[in-house]
Amino acid sequence: MARAVTTGRKAANTAAAWAVGLILFFPILWTVLTSFKPEAQAVASPPVFLGFDWTMENYVDVNEQRDYFRYFVNSVIIALGSTALGVLIAIPAAWSMAFVPGRKTRDLLMWMLSTKMMPAVGVLVPIYLIFKWLQVLDTRIGLVAILTLMNLPIIIWMLYTYFKEIPGEILEAARMDGASLRSEILYVLTPMAIPGIASTVLLNVILAWNEAFWTINLTVTDAAPLTKFIAGFSSPQGLFYAKLSAASTMAIAPILILGWFSQKQLVRGLTFGAVK
Amino acid sequence: MGQITLSQVRKSFGDVHVIPGVDLTIEDGEFVVFVGPSGCGKSTLLRLIAGLEDTTSGTISIDGRDATSLPPAKRGLAMVFQSYALYPHMTVRNNIAFPLKMAGVPEAERAARVEAAAKVLNLTNYLDRRPGQLSGGQRQRVAIGRAIVREPAAFLFDEPLSNLDAALRVGMRLEITELHQRLKTTMIYVTHDQVEAMTMADKIVVLNAGRIEQVGSPLDLYHRPRNQFVAGFIGSPKMNFIGGAEAARHGGAATIGVRPEHIALSRERGEWKGTVGVAEHLGSDTFLHVGTEFGPMTVRAVGDVRADHGDTVWLTPDPAQLHRFDREGNRI
Amino acid sequence: MSTQSSRRTARLMLSPSVILLLVWMIVPLALTLYFSTQRYNLLYPDRSGFIWFQNYTRFVFSPGFLEAIVNTLILVVGVLVITVVFGILIALLIDRPMWGQGPVRILVISPFFIMPPVAALIWKNMFMNPTNGLFAEAAKFLGMAPFDFLGEAPLASIILIVAWQWLPFATLILLTALQSLSSEELEAAEMDGASAVRRFWYIMLPHLARSITVVILIQTIFLLGIFGEILVTTNGGPGTASTTLPFLIYKEALLDFDAGTAAAGGVVAVILANIVAIFLMRAVGKNLDA
Repeated sequence: MARAVTTGRKAANTAAAWAVGLILFFPILWTVLTSFKPEAQAVASPPVFLGFDWTMENYVDVNEQRDYFRYFVNSVIIALGSTALGVLIAIPAAWSMAFVPGRKTRDLLMWMLSTKMMPAVGVLVPIYLIFKWLQVLDTRIGLVAILTLMNLPIIIWMLYTYFKEIPGEILEAARMDGASLRSEILYVLTPMAIPGIASTVLLNVILAWNEAFWTINLTVTDAAPLTKFIAGFSSPQGLFYAKLSAASTMAIAPILILGWFSQKQLVRGLTFGAVK
Repeated sequence: MGQITLSQVRKSFGDVHVIPGVDLTIEDGEFVVFVGPSGCGKSTLLRLIAGLEDTTSGTISIDGRDATSLPPAKRGLAMVFQSYALYPHMTVRNNIAFPLKMAGVPEAERAARVEAAAKVLNLTNYLDRRPGQLSGGQRQRVAIGRAIVREPAAFLFDEPLSNLDAALRVGMRLEITELHQRLKTTMIYVTHDQVEAMTMADKIVVLNAGRIEQVGSPLDLYHRPRNQFVAGFIGSPKMNFIGGAEAARHGGAATIGVRPEHIALSRERGEWKGTVGVAEHLGSDTFLHVGTEFGPMTVRAVGDVRADHGDTVWLTPDPAQLHRFDREGNRI
Repeated sequence: MSTQSSRRTARLMLSPSVILLLVWMIVPLALTLYFSTQRYNLLYPDRSGFIWFQNYTRFVFSPGFLEAIVNTLILVVGVLVITVVFGILIALLIDRPMWGQGPVRILVISPFFIMPPVAALIWKNMFMNPTNGLFAEAAKFLGMAPFDFLGEAPLASIILIVAWQWLPFATLILLTALQSLSSEELEAAEMDGASAVRRFWYIMLPHLARSITVVILIQTIFLLGIFGEILVTTNGGPGTASTTLPFLIYKEALLDFDAGTAAAGGVVAVILANIVAIFLMRAVGKNLDA
């Protein structure tokens, strides 16, 4: 049987796949397009697809409200902060499990995983109250803390799988070459693990940015990130669509673009390394 | 400098007693080869000496000092790993300089010693490349360079040639032997290849299931193996063993052994009759796999000998080269 | 390599994470258990005291409870079915020879990175709104009456939204697994006379079994905690038509300020989640260890 794939076959596949892709992507596309429409045309009936008056007024409007910038900054701080903290705590843990495994290591990893399976809603009450008592409700520190804890299992797991791919012999060679533990981690492990650490950071920033349960329930205004800001528009505002689209586009753009580059990390991180 | 003594060294991983008990002395300047089949514990023994594993019991002394609880960095030894274990993100120069950097050697002296080591190993042109850009043999040399530059009391080699192709292996074998002649430092070399052991060693330690079967010079082991295991392990092709009545005929032995190169071949007469199975022609030698009433035997003949499948041949062992073993496999 | 010194160091390095996660697990859970036995309303903090299992009975026998459980089940199963089935189909489609596989992949995975409130609002306002949503426009164009998705079929609509968000995840995982299937195995099957359908059933599907397992497991964990989408679209309504168990607990805690009942609900949720997890892990655990 001839192996060559006919051009016709290829064309049919291409058409089908692109159709599916565009259908799935359409809501996002529509939102981005609407963000450039004047408000009246955004709700026009029948809907205008491309032939509208392109304008930047929505973006200008949203940015002029200083609020928006604040929410954006909060998202950045919370996402980056919880990721940095998480990685700092996780690197030693992942190091020890990857390079000095014991009999209990596998069980320990499974247990860490299981902490992620606990439904957040199950501890909503005590966390809310603890935050209230510690006066960290609606603070960025509080959110950074809780997101760190929520994502720590994933970070440890991802780093563990990346560390395991580093040949142990190279670290042994470092030890024989006279390196102290600090030197071993500083001069040998970390440089070799940088791609893995970067991947972990990438995925975690995405997860933290999109987290919607704690960020909505533990904030009011001061520490509120974009998730809370957007959630506030849940009641229909009628003529708000274009501005809402602009705000949404700005909220999702950075993570969307990051996400396009992190497909591999996504697979590794969210399947806890089970699928590679 | 470079004298190592192991005393009653035991190593167990949980219930598995990998090394039941080893006593060994390695003199300064010796080239010692640990050899044995896979899983015999030779690499474990090396790693115990290096400090990468803790002993379960027993002591290890280096130059008279008890090193049993010292971490690897403090034992003054250098190791060349099977996979070379080079630092992939550093240049060759920095790889070789790393141990000096860890020891706090000032930059100028570091550079000088790296250059010296590179010259010895023909690496001067590669100093600014990364390991990923080197061939297997070159990486091997960088690993050796990294070890040399530390001026250790002893070098530890863990099957360093296993990852090289056959031709390269022969060349590197010579280089390592020459290195030893030049540096005169103690070298402990682990391999499963008995040819490497025979050609490189001053002293061979044959290991089997964690136990030392015999320690001696290569020719010692070749001519006077202490038991059947050593006799069968050293020498290629393997020694032929015959049991039963034929063995009893030779001084009441349970088993007799004779090497393929000590059997005379004849078409007319001889002690044992056999039928040729497979004949391997190497040009310089011919190896005949002959079926006899005692089982299959291998015979080596010099030069190119004509022998077809099914031919009848007569084999006569050299009586002076016949080895006799008792029921436990020990030499009589 | 392990020596005594390295093992000691390892334990030291592990301790921060272990301690943190231990505290994170134990303290809140212990408190939840405590509160669940208390009568504690945040609006009336003085009126408190042990009422043992009254919270639980009140919660479990409240009219919304059973409906919430059912809704949760429908939501999770619905999304799982859609994402796994279509995930396989789309993965198979993309794995074929075509032009522009890279860009298509990017289009397909995009919905996953949209934060839940944004995703919810996009669908709510732009598509499902019966006055000027795109679906309504399409209906009008075809001469039909617009359908009030979120009002008439709230749970189904939410399933659609959540499935849209998670389909990329399933597709990506399955596509990765598919691409790790060596072509030689398929070619051997072809030489053995297997048709395309047979090849899919006997070779591709078993190979994918492990990934499908992982997808189901991971998604279930996350789907049990769906919150933002419900909050922003229906707020659990109309009435309680789209209230899931987590949402019910949230309402008790932060809308009614009844910490005691919410805590009881939380305990129930944790128990149920554990049951699901154990059941899932056992039923599919063999696939995972393969």
